Amino acid sequence: MEQTLYTVIVFSENRPGLLNQVSIIFARRRLNIESLTVSASSIHGIHKFTITAMIDEDTISKVVKELEKRVDVLKAYFYVDSEIIYQEIALYKVDTEAVLNSDVIEELVRKYNARFLEITRSFSVIEMAGHTDEILEFYNALNEFGVMQFVRSGRIAITKSTKELLSDFLTERNLEDPR
Amino acid sequence: MSNQKISGGKALMQAFIAEGVETIFGYPGGAIMPAYDALYDFRDQLRHVLVRHEQGAAHAAQGYARVTGKTGVVLVTSGPAATNVITGITDAMLDSTPLVVITGQVVSSLLATDAFQETDIVSITQPITKWSYQIRNASEIAWAVARAFYIAREGRPGPVVLDLTKNAQFELTEFNYEPCTYIRSYVPIPKPDLTQIEEAANLINKAQRPYALVGQGVILGHAEKELLTFLEKAQIPIACTLLGLSAVPTKHPLFKGMPGMHGNYSCNLKINECDLLIGIGMRFDDRITSTLDTFAKQASVIHFDIDPAEMNKNVKVNVSVLGSVKETLPLVTELLKANRHDEWISSFDALDAIEYEEVIKEETNPSSDDIKMGEVVRKVSEATHHEAVLVTDVGQNQMMGARYFQFTKNRSFITSGGLGTMGFGLPAAVGAKVGAPNRTVCLFTGDGGFQMTIQELGTIMQEKIGIKMIILNNNFLGMVRQWQEMFFDERYSFTTMHNPDFVAIAAAYGIRGKHVATHEALDEAIAEMFQDDAPYLLEVKIEAKGMVFPMVPSGASVSDVRLK
Repeated sequence: MEQTLYTVIVFSENRPGLLNQVSIIFARRRLNIESLTVSASSIHGIHKFTITAMIDEDTISKVVKELEKRVDVLKAYFYVDSEIIYQEIALYKVDTEAVLNSDVIEELVRKYNARFLEITRSFSVIEMAGHTDEILEFYNALNEFGVMQFVRSGRIAITKSTKELLSDFLTERNLEDPR
Repeated sequence: MSNQKISGGKALMQAFIAEGVETIFGYPGGAIMPAYDALYDFRDQLRHVLVRHEQGAAHAAQGYARVTGKTGVVLVTSGPAATNVITGITDAMLDSTPLVVITGQVVSSLLATDAFQETDIVSITQPITKWSYQIRNASEIAWAVARAFYIAREGRPGPVVLDLTKNAQFELTEFNYEPCTYIRSYVPIPKPDLTQIEEAANLINKAQRPYALVGQGVILGHAEKELLTFLEKAQIPIACTLLGLSAVPTKHPLFKGMPGMHGNYSCNLKINECDLLIGIGMRFDDRITSTLDTFAKQASVIHFDIDPAEMNKNVKVNVSVLGSVKETLPLVTELLKANRHDEWISSFDALDAIEYEEVIKEETNPSSDDIKMGEVVRKVSEATHHEAVLVTDVGQNQMMGARYFQFTKNRSFITSGGLGTMGFGLPAAVGAKVGAPNRTVCLFTGDGGFQMTIQELGTIMQEKIGIKMIILNNNFLGMVRQWQEMFFDERYSFTTMHNPDFVAIAAAYGIRGKHVATHEALDEAIAEMFQDDAPYLLEVKIEAKGMVFPMVPSGASVSDVRLK
């Protein structure tokens, strides 16, 4: 079956052990999680997981239903790249000497919309946000001068719809609350 | 409500009582002792059944839950006790049985130190429960127990684990119990969608050869009446899955038997002849469908179920009707026109006649001296006027029980379907009898499975549980032996068993019993067994190489069901 990079967004209650519950659903099918970001969502008290995985559509739709089946999961959704705006962040540590000796680095920083976070006598840290391939491209360009360390985050994503997806569900559920 | 403080152990007992618990299956130990100490003061209100191994407690609670429709409760200690209940918890997850399992845990200050009898049971049970949660303070007990019973019971039922630290059992807390009626993140019963209801009704009204497969969802949803009204109005023939058996009386004219690997000939073949297949409260398990590529490809498919994750999981459906069948079936029934499919319904008969001639006749009325499994099941069923609760173990005894026992009442068949747990039968029968003391409970088991939980004879002795145990003894692991004969060139790799004298073992527990090896002795022993309500063990020496047919071989199409 055709494999696509899907972005799964899971909204859950903020309880211990949920990350395990979410990840074992992927592990059971031996799906490799490409990236995973977990943090508080824009709604107070609700956590948000953003997970990417290469997978086929039939499988991802089943995975999402299994995620939603967990009692403390409110909702889970899956998207292809064209349905979302997404971003990763990366930090690159380079030799300050190399930066000072080159006139290309400034050009690269401008081209990739990167910025310097820290400059010391021995090293400098550059930050860049973008898509996976852009981050890699910038890495390759910087590596001409020797990248000492390189870290990148998982993906975060926001949908192209005009409001938070969860709000309808929450409105409906709260109205039903008998207490 | 008083503001007087009580111990966590006592809070647990009061929470049980608030939830209507009457029976607990359990086994005490170090990390659960304060709770057991509290239980001592509640002996008049809470019956505690002391099992002989924690696995037995879980299966007994399952048997109890399945026969009563109530939530089964298990109380055990930490570490090895917690890991011993895992098989029962997994079984309950796969068979949608509501259980609340309380495991003791070391004191909070010792957590994550590899303390004596510490195990991370919450993590272990996350994939095999609806919810598992560790209670570290007495003040959480009321909330967590209320939530546990709600989750176990509501929607598609299943097991919940509460891991209760020892300090939480000792600590004093105020106790204000409020039952849980709502969890924001959990929608137990999806609301019926009227479009789906209409589409389903349209398909049914148009169908020439409709056929329904009915599962345990109908029993769990208390929708037996709604089901019959639906089926009778549209005149749809049905087959019940293993766990769906007894949802409809065996003698109902629309009931045609069981589909699946050892199901009926007609029930399998008709899957690939119908023009509309309707799954009702079932999950198209691989033991029903065999290979999906050749399953009901000619038919439209409607699936009624409460669990969105079951929709299109195995079989792709034309219409999925989400919701409780108790609600959705009547909504569809209203839109149905009264219909007849006489020719289609009677077309099952010719196939049934073939199965009778090729399989059933000899299995129930053997021409040789050897006793056959089907014969025993049929005779026991008749002796109980088909009113008993049938509990089985797993394997040939289970398939023969399902095939030849007859049912007149609902909630009468208890077996381990999804997990196929050998050793389930004996403790589940104990739990069933505790839950339905006024009904006859018959256990069919094999010489293999019986020995996996044989220690529960001690529970039967101590609690005076009047179950009728029938061991179909062929000194083989019969189902595996059957596969070895059919698919592994008769290489009987480790399936012969040298067995003890089961009747002598029962006698050591003060349980009456008898060996039989002839047809006549079988009749006499069955009559003797049902003379009173005392426990009884009947060891039947059956033919050594008996086979269960029909059979859909693993990986074959349901159309390739074999009669021999």
